[in-house]
Amino acid sequence: MSKKYTAAIVGSGNIGTDLMFKLLRKSEHIQPTYMIGIDPESDGLKRAARVGLKTSAEGAKWLLDQDDKPDFVFEATSAKAHAAWAPHYKEAGIHAIDLTPAAVGPFLCPPVNLESLTDVMNVNMITCGGQATTPMVAAISRVVPVDYAEIVASISSKSAGPGTRANIDEFTETTSAALEAVGGAKKGKAIIILNPVEPPMMMRNTVYTSLPAEAAEAGELQDKIRESIAKMVETVQSYVPGYNLVAEPQFDHARPEWNNWGRVTVLIQVRGAADYLPEYAGNLDIITSAATRTGDLLVERIEAHKAQEGVRA
Amino acid sequence: MSTQKYTLDPNKTYATKIIDTTLRDGSHAVRHQFTIEQVKDVTRALDEAGVDIIEVTHGDGLAGSSFNYGFSKVNEMDLIEAAKGEAKHAKIAALMLPGLGTLHELREAKERGIDVIRIATHCTEADVSIQHFQEARNMGLETAGFLMLSHMIEPAELAKQARIMADAGCQAVYVVDSAGAMILDQVGVRVRALKDELGDDAEVGFHGHQNMSFGVANSVYAVAEGATWIDGSLRGLGAGAGNSPTEVLAAAFERLGIKTNVDTVKILAAAEDVAAPIIPRQPIMDRASIIQGKVGVYNSFLFHAERAAERYGVPVQDILEEAGRRGYVGGQEDMLIDVAVSLAAGGSAA
Repeated sequence: MSKKYTAAIVGSGNIGTDLMFKLLRKSEHIQPTYMIGIDPESDGLKRAARVGLKTSAEGAKWLLDQDDKPDFVFEATSAKAHAAWAPHYKEAGIHAIDLTPAAVGPFLCPPVNLESLTDVMNVNMITCGGQATTPMVAAISRVVPVDYAEIVASISSKSAGPGTRANIDEFTETTSAALEAVGGAKKGKAIIILNPVEPPMMMRNTVYTSLPAEAAEAGELQDKIRESIAKMVETVQSYVPGYNLVAEPQFDHARPEWNNWGRVTVLIQVRGAADYLPEYAGNLDIITSAATRTGDLLVERIEAHKAQEGVRA
Repeated sequence: MSTQKYTLDPNKTYATKIIDTTLRDGSHAVRHQFTIEQVKDVTRALDEAGVDIIEVTHGDGLAGSSFNYGFSKVNEMDLIEAAKGEAKHAKIAALMLPGLGTLHELREAKERGIDVIRIATHCTEADVSIQHFQEARNMGLETAGFLMLSHMIEPAELAKQARIMADAGCQAVYVVDSAGAMILDQVGVRVRALKDELGDDAEVGFHGHQNMSFGVANSVYAVAEGATWIDGSLRGLGAGAGNSPTEVLAAAFERLGIKTNVDTVKILAAAEDVAAPIIPRQPIMDRASIIQGKVGVYNSFLFHAERAAERYGVPVQDILEEAGRRGYVGGQEDMLIDVAVSLAAGGSAA
């Protein structure tokens, strides 16, 4: 590809700003050209202007009024804002990669379900916790049926912006739904904890899934689950280098009070790349990394499609 | 501050509501295994004794039933409905922790009969509760706010967080001693700071634990400084070393002339005849729970730490102490596995 695709980042808060640096530093195919906010004094807009992006504090309307529209919009505002603007982006032929919990488009976790999606004009990046945990649930549910998956995402208070705080229910509801739709669990449950300790704690996620009783015992099935988890960890590490397990997966025997399920516990730490906020903010890092990766994969898909059309013509 | 004494003024009269949380905080102590019959019996006894509010929920609040906190034997919504059916005078409350429970469960709890919702956040994170307080008031619920692990921040900071809850529609903000870590003046000065900040905008409450044996004494200090919502549970049934026993609060408050609606004779009967027989393991001040109070570790961690201690062969008190050192807050029960695994591997540093 000779020329990079262009992108606007809408939302100049922590996520939007971190995403801008990710795209500039790491994207193979996407060049951010616009940063749109609503507060002219925001740190994100100032930084964007400094690195040469066109900026505006007049919101999404301003972007849509431009003659030179971007190929992609990365939405980093709020679920409400994205729900309102998504139809306009679509009408203008702009691909939307949505980092809010709006879920206008299908949930997407790049290593798990990109290939299975047909309509990708608008895709949703779930939540930070969803990006960290659905790959593990998917890795397990590829080996054994997962009746129930539960995750606990602990993030440092400093890395939780006003949007997250004002709509904390959206995190639990969106993440729970994705554990089912993307992770493959029959039932999902998500919990988020904000921890104010200093120095700030690194993003931690715990994934618990139910197991058929025999899979909780040492043996071939358990080995397959370990292998599947290890392989998925490597895949995620290819675009989130700070993604690691703090210990081997923990298997617990079936118990009556667990509905006679066995259980596997996966303890994940996400060390951020510190593109904007410091490395404790792995929660930012994982969703902006996933969005960057998604953008690149979508460009490859669009180009492959074009090439096919070309061959046919 | 050094000259201030947090004691009752003989020229003043004091009165407080009594909120019993046997069926919520006590849920931790029975590993969330309460049955419909038990809830009915306890509710009836508390109601007859004149307790103002009876809290019924999974120990970790609405939607707490989980791998992380323990699955409920009976769906908490059914327990709430059972309690509502028995309460003639007392209001029924539920607890919720934003990040775990959502407005979805709050609405269901309201439909099933709660009159009061108590919304809990870590003491520095009150802003995550704003939407829930607003919506609860829209539903016509009475509201109280819990600033968990209140010992972890200074009174002035705590008061600012209380203000956030009050502005969102919270009608009573609690100083919550989730680890049983506070001693006397430490409670008095925090209650005073909240009173000064909130004025007539919201009442102030106190929720005590017994880790350092100060639950009831701390409650007296709280009342002396203006708290009007005081929590207890029968036989102290609650997380960690347990709560301030409701029956001791009633007897002590009677002696001190602090007015409540509770009949001491009847609440003693409730504790002795109704609660005691259903308690599988009486919460006590033992090595692990005293360590929790001493280092300020969330009381609900106790049973989970015990389980991890057994599973990984490391001392329970070491797990709790390390959890305190790492600064974990309420809800991070999963980290106890992390701590136990690392201790078992011979490490202590995170």
